[in-house]
Amino acid sequence: MTDGRLVAIVPAWNEEGAIGRVVDEIRAFDAGATVVVVDDASTDGTPSVAEAHGATVLRLLFNVGIGGAVQTGFRYARDDGYDVAVRLDGDGQHDASEIGKLLAPIRAGTADLVIGSRFVDPAGGYRPPFARRMGIRVFARLVSLLGGQKVTDTTSGFVALNRAGIELFATEYPHDYPEVEATLVALRSGLRLAQVQVEMRERQAGTSSITFVRSLYYIVKVMLALLVASLRRYPRLETARR
Amino acid sequence: MTPIRASVAGAIASIILILVVVELVRGRRLKERYALLWLATGVVLLVLSIWREGLNTIAGWLGVTSYPPAVLFAVATLFIFLVLLHYSTVISRLTDENVDLAQRIALLEEKLSRERPPEG
Repeated sequence: MTDGRLVAIVPAWNEEGAIGRVVDEIRAFDAGATVVVVDDASTDGTPSVAEAHGATVLRLLFNVGIGGAVQTGFRYARDDGYDVAVRLDGDGQHDASEIGKLLAPIRAGTADLVIGSRFVDPAGGYRPPFARRMGIRVFARLVSLLGGQKVTDTTSGFVALNRAGIELFATEYPHDYPEVEATLVALRSGLRLAQVQVEMRERQAGTSSITFVRSLYYIVKVMLALLVASLRRYPRLETARR
Repeated sequence: MTPIRASVAGAIASIILILVVVELVRGRRLKERYALLWLATGVVLLVLSIWREGLNTIAGWLGVTSYPPAVLFAVATLFIFLVLLHYSTVISRLTDENVDLAQRIALLEEKLSRERPPEG
């Protein structure tokens, strides 16, 4: 049973239109939580807006990519001794009122990493375009196969972790397009993974970072990363016996 | 048999490569660590250019019968691949170290501003 301090990690790059509301919603969910916005060298007012809404802002010197930004938050959580972390996107697509659902398995001590999945419930409302749906499914199958546990949504950026998960991701986290590979790393390191159904909203402002050329790079990079990650050895974290 | 002109040209090119690399190291514009592969390239090419029977013998092993100097090209290409691959690993390491530094600075700056709020 862990009732420890909660930190919310929010990576943001040029999200001044959305970040304020994201911070407010997290604080509305849990006023005692520390909200850490990791500003990935935005050129707009993202860091000052976040700060004005009461977030702790980590300012990266230059743009390091989403994974490197998120990892900064995990390092913060590790160094400041947080027991529970939740990670949401800075564009407002994750509903902070659902954080409780993600935290439940962690508070109950039954999982080390909880993924907010759009596909646990087949009747869930999310129907992405065909190509993206296929991509998500292929990655999910691959990770399930290589990781030895069925995963329905490996591309979700809405996750919660306990101390073991925080420590793992503070040291082992891919720097670009991290989610899929990180899920496999977690499984291969022996983290107990749970999935809960969440809804995701359309982005509140700004533009998605995914374009056609980038999607191609994304697919190839992630495939290679999965292949290599399954050849690598990771220290087994015997979390269940702690 | 290798034409004598090809051998001379190969030897001169190798010597120039070695001299340029040594000069860059001497002027501290190139670290010894990154000069080693280039020097090895220069020395191997120089040896294969001067030692003409050797080049012919190796060409014979490889089945290159019509034009032995082709082996010089092949060896040079191989070494260039090695150097490039080496640099790719160096760039990868530097990238990781850079990100690590940016992360540390972000964490330290936040800690600093907590202990000593900026003048306002």
